[in-house]
Amino acid sequence: MDQDPDAELLGRLRAGDEQAFVMLVRRHHDAMLRLACGYVPSVAVAEEVVQDTWLGVLRGIGGFEGRSSVRTWLFRILVNRARTTGARERRSVAVGDPEPAVDPSRFDDTGHWAAPPERWVEEADARLDAAKLAGRLRSAIDELPDRQREVVTLRDIEGLSSEEVCSVLEISEGNQRVLLHRGRSRLRQSLETEFGGT
Amino acid sequence: MLEKLLRSRREIVCQQAVELVTDYLEGTLSRAGRRRFESHLAGCPHCTEYLAQMRATIELTGTLTADDLPGPVQDEFIDLYRRWRADQGEEPQDDSRG
Repeated sequence: MDQDPDAELLGRLRAGDEQAFVMLVRRHHDAMLRLACGYVPSVAVAEEVVQDTWLGVLRGIGGFEGRSSVRTWLFRILVNRARTTGARERRSVAVGDPEPAVDPSRFDDTGHWAAPPERWVEEADARLDAAKLAGRLRSAIDELPDRQREVVTLRDIEGLSSEEVCSVLEISEGNQRVLLHRGRSRLRQSLETEFGGT
Repeated sequence: MLEKLLRSRREIVCQQAVELVTDYLEGTLSRAGRRRFESHLAGCPHCTEYLAQMRATIELTGTLTADDLPGPVQDEFIDLYRRWRADQGEEPQDDSRG
């Protein structure tokens, strides 16, 4: 992580620079709040989790060794706190349990499509109300099992690399990929169900 | 399971292809696996459509931002920082590691 854009700010923060703290907060606050919202029932509680995370960051700053990026470190602290605070019902699906990307009833006995995917991509580009699409996608993400939602949010909304996601969530590369696959597959299905064949 | 499938010589069918999409997009298929996946796509419009839908899903997810969330309240965080500075020395050190 030679080029961690936050490393310099962290160094200044360690030296007691208040402005460096404000800049770090500004840079990461929104993403942290979005992430926290996936675990707790309201924005107000998510804000508390984020504040609590920053306090944890200030207290733990001496222990940061730069083995991961600052962002990864922040997100890991946040996720741990949000999980503890999270009042939402746990909907975990074990990675070991099979979960097909597409309902098996849509294939014939030879494994070929019997009910092929209904088209919606062109519609999404051309005609669909962007707000409606975003709204549907948001609720689909919200309905994902917890682990899948975590991975999809970090990868596809916040744009973390797979290595970063593994580090934030402390999961293996293989499990990260399985969760990503299942989460994305569910989202695709939701969009097809909602907008397909229109 | 997928690796076993890709090692076998039989052709990939659609139900298997949809399970390979993420590995394909992540670039984690072997060269031979990638070739077999692509050769299935070349003969299968439905799986080609499926892949396009997965790509579109990822792209749409990437456009979601949190414009409905309140932005940072800067003063709040300056307060937080100053309170922490004031408390320093009284608090035990957290063991958060990075």
